[in-house]
Amino acid sequence: MADSDVIILDQAGIDRALTRIAHEILEHNKGIEDLAIVGIRTGGDYLAALLQRKISQIEGVDVPLGAIDITLYRDDIGTRSDLKVGKTDILFPVTGKKVVLVDDVLFTGRTIRAAMDAVIDLGRPECIQLAILLDRGHREFPIRPDYIGRNLPTSREEEVEVDFDDNLQPTQVRLIKNG
Amino acid sequence: MAFNHDHILDMKQFSAEDITTILDTADSFKEISQREIKKVPALRGKTVVNLFFEASTRTRTSFEVAAKRLSADGLNIAASTSAVVKGETLEDTAQNILAMKPNIIVMRHGHSGAPHYLAERLEGVSILNAGDGCHEHPSQALLDMMTIREKLGGFEGLKVTIIGDIAHSRVARSNLIGLKTMGAEVRLAGPGTMVPREFEQLGAKVHHKIEDAIDGSDVVMMLRIQRERQGKTLIPSTREFARYYGLNPVKLKLAKPNALVMHPGPMNRGVEISSSVADGEQNVILEQVENGVAVRMALLYLVSGADGSIDG
Repeated sequence: MADSDVIILDQAGIDRALTRIAHEILEHNKGIEDLAIVGIRTGGDYLAALLQRKISQIEGVDVPLGAIDITLYRDDIGTRSDLKVGKTDILFPVTGKKVVLVDDVLFTGRTIRAAMDAVIDLGRPECIQLAILLDRGHREFPIRPDYIGRNLPTSREEEVEVDFDDNLQPTQVRLIKNG
Repeated sequence: MAFNHDHILDMKQFSAEDITTILDTADSFKEISQREIKKVPALRGKTVVNLFFEASTRTRTSFEVAAKRLSADGLNIAASTSAVVKGETLEDTAQNILAMKPNIIVMRHGHSGAPHYLAERLEGVSILNAGDGCHEHPSQALLDMMTIREKLGGFEGLKVTIIGDIAHSRVARSNLIGLKTMGAEVRLAGPGTMVPREFEQLGAKVHHKIEDAIDGSDVVMMLRIQRERQGKTLIPSTREFARYYGLNPVKLKLAKPNALVMHPGPMNRGVEISSSVADGEQNVILEQVENGVAVRMALLYLVSGADGSIDG
């Protein structure tokens, strides 16, 4: 970690934000009926697992949890050399489900566009909602999150990183100022 | 992950890391074939030409399915129906296809080195070798290796025995090179006319008694005896071959208890493999076919990502 990095959220802050989002998801969907949580690899899948656990604690029932890899749906295949394909792990039918996509940082919206296409290729969900730990702005597509941990105005030159420990638990959110 | 190969010509070109990258990518692709909607848009707008100068159903179909599941447009050119029978040279045929701007040419040719020849001469297209003469068949070796890794967890120290007409087998040669790269021990077995001692130079152990070769093996891979060709010149009769070199339950008992039985197909039941082994619990022959699609998807995907224009 460089000296110029700024901590936006610490571990307790992340935990509080996810707890609030879990409650908002339940309030908005009026319970857990047909609800499914799907994290976007990698980062979003770890947060999705945490969110799912929090929802289970509140409601006493496990909601289906999945992870989606969007590499094959990117719009820049053939222009990047590092396109490692991960596994998509959605072991429940998505048709009829209220799918909550989870990602760590929302930036241009291109990842979310790809993730929506990937989910739709697996079936016809009743709806797709979006939960984001940190929204940094600069959208290039008309995409808007339903649940936001923290809004953070950034410049395009800056970077935002979510750090995870060896147990895949989020430890902090950092703003990296370049140049 | 860095995969910097524009063409896939043989197993010699791959490092251990390359092979791991291909197998990992294929593992991820396998799930797509198990979905209800078996299609992802990764290669949308890319054109894949299957150029087959030799008969093939299995490999060509497998490449075709792989291309379709990645949303590429594929077309098949079989030599028997093309201008080749009218006397056109390989390079002219290829240049004509190239003028239609395909992204990938998957080719099989009866002459060893034909894909290498085209890869050197054609600009702006990736060549995938789907079998060249008696030289190599890299996608077959990779699907065999994917199946072995899936069932046995890895390669280090494994004993893999390949039995049949090794000298004329591109499958055996590709497997030998790939498996040695990953740290496995490879034993080759068959009659002296089919398994020359020279293979020891490639790091294999050569046996002429298959019982010695099978003893303690983790994998027994049988090759097809081409009855129409070798069956006539290299062995006295297929019945004699079946007796001394065919895999039956008695010989298989010499291998490790849960050893895998593999065959690249098509099988000659009663010649190189007995029906009770071919249908037995240890065979993974249909898994090989299933993994073939995943491996070929991975190869098409990886050469597409590795086109020359990329930066980090």
